[in-house]
Amino acid sequence: MKHGKYPLIVTFLVPPLLLYVVFVVSPYLQAFQISTTDWLGYSAEANPVGLANFRAMWHDEYVWNALKNNAILLVVLPVLTIVFGLFFATMLSMGGRRGRAGVTGVRGSAFYRTVYFFPQVLSVVIIAALWKEVYQPNAGLLNGIMRAVGLPAPPWLGDPRFAFWCVLAVMVWANVGFYVVLFGAAMSAIPREIYEAVLLDGASRWATLRRITIPLLWDTVQVAWIYLAIAALDGFILVQLMTNGGPNFSSDVIGVRLYDTAFGSETKFGYASAIGVVMFFLTLSVAVLALRVGRRERIELS
Amino acid sequence: MTTLDKPSGVAADRGRAAGADRAVRRDLGVVNALSHGFLLFWGALTVLPLLWMFLSSFKSNAEILADPWGLPGELRFDNWARAWTTAHIGRYFLNSAIVVTGSVALTMLMGATAAYVFARYEFRGRQLAYYLFVGGLMFPVFLALVPLFFVVRNAGLFGTWTGLVLVYAAYSLPFTVFFLTAFFRTLPTSVAEAALVDGCGHFRLFFRVMLPMARPGMISVAIFNFLSHWNQFLLPQVLLQGDDSKWMLAQGLAALSVSQGYAGDYAQLFAGLTIAVLPVLLVYVAFQRQVQSGLTAGQLK
Repeated sequence: MKHGKYPLIVTFLVPPLLLYVVFVVSPYLQAFQISTTDWLGYSAEANPVGLANFRAMWHDEYVWNALKNNAILLVVLPVLTIVFGLFFATMLSMGGRRGRAGVTGVRGSAFYRTVYFFPQVLSVVIIAALWKEVYQPNAGLLNGIMRAVGLPAPPWLGDPRFAFWCVLAVMVWANVGFYVVLFGAAMSAIPREIYEAVLLDGASRWATLRRITIPLLWDTVQVAWIYLAIAALDGFILVQLMTNGGPNFSSDVIGVRLYDTAFGSETKFGYASAIGVVMFFLTLSVAVLALRVGRRERIELS
Repeated sequence: MTTLDKPSGVAADRGRAAGADRAVRRDLGVVNALSHGFLLFWGALTVLPLLWMFLSSFKSNAEILADPWGLPGELRFDNWARAWTTAHIGRYFLNSAIVVTGSVALTMLMGATAAYVFARYEFRGRQLAYYLFVGGLMFPVFLALVPLFFVVRNAGLFGTWTGLVLVYAAYSLPFTVFFLTAFFRTLPTSVAEAALVDGCGHFRLFFRVMLPMARPGMISVAIFNFLSHWNQFLLPQVLLQGDDSKWMLAQGLAALSVSQGYAGDYAQLFAGLTIAVLPVLLVYVAFQRQVQSGLTAGQLK
């Protein structure tokens, strides 16, 4: 295979590499450099200011407020999503009655899986616009139900006490189906004989889940954790479209801060890039932490 | 649920159920009723907002305001017509279709060629180039946002579809290359060697032999890329500001969602959303298996 391979390698590799370096690698590298300048956008010049942007951020209460919300997301979103995901996936792939075939899913599990997964293929914009209407104070679906059963009907997204949690609920709603399918796929890789053996030994369903399924699924749960953590540090599109961080910054997140700083009323590109750099390191640390904390001894099958 | 009366039947047919087994079985009955309840509850929670959106797209604005969860009095297709023309959903839809067709094609071509080289050829710097590509999987798009804006502007591509196509493709390359490299590695080498011995050139080998063999992997990645490009919001929001005749569907819907609050035309918004959901729903129902496996493989990276 030696003869004449270089023309192919060059024609096949150079265009994608060029595209990738220009539009992906170079912006990432520039971001670090811009974050150390006081660049105010389109035409103004950029002066190097060292770490001044990062120092300013340390004293920026809006950034801290947004980070606090991201921190809450970081704890609540993965926990709720993974617990729901594991629960539904367990029901769907082995909640069924044990017949002759051994461990089976509940009836209609394929149908449930199809329905649960659907929010995942919808664009985030559609989800945001739809749920904004569900929460709408007068004509919304939620308050229609609240009124019908005689409960108070608050202006959900307009109330600083509820706005953030309403957006959080939508994130869980949109994500659970995906993890049901992901965990379901991982569960189907576990040999049936293991379940048949422990069921013969009289293990309860809960013990089976805790002692067999979850340990064997641990790698997948860990991956799920990392992806949900990254999603929790972002949360930008849903928040921007549903509440734009309001009311009174109650639902603000760091992504909305960055976007506002860069493309809002003032174009503080230097400062925005500094926020981006902080987000980058936060994301990286969360991923590394998740891998470290989640490390367990690998269980070898067969 | 009808399944509740089954334990006795199953137990009878098994006959030899041991004591412990019976206890588990009783335990299962209760848990099953409960879990079925939860499954149905979550199903309803998923379907209800979408069903509500669909029904509301036929209502008049007065009906939507007066009775949020009533049925429409009649099927008002004029809401749909209004969304399609007045709110320009039709135009945005077409714009998105054009850009996504271009970007998915470009992504697949560049991703497949690069992945093929990584999977099948030895050359200097291969590891470095491969990790450069795959490293892109780990970085949040956010960090690149501000400089990307200027890179695109300086290239004279700001506010153009060409710019979007190139950027979508560039940001999809890490996953596409990663997935397809693994896929090309699984293909048997013997076929390629036989073709080369028979005097087939390297280029012909790729287009006539390897590419057709890689079709299943290509389809999975293409569906994954299609959905992620179609649903893209952040990149067009930053790179296609201004001139709204060029907007993508996601931008049009976001604008409609905001402006509808002032105009009070809820029916038009719901119709617009429904129009945007329908094709995705159809693709999903038709290619369910590929969509689910493509997306889960996509996230597992």
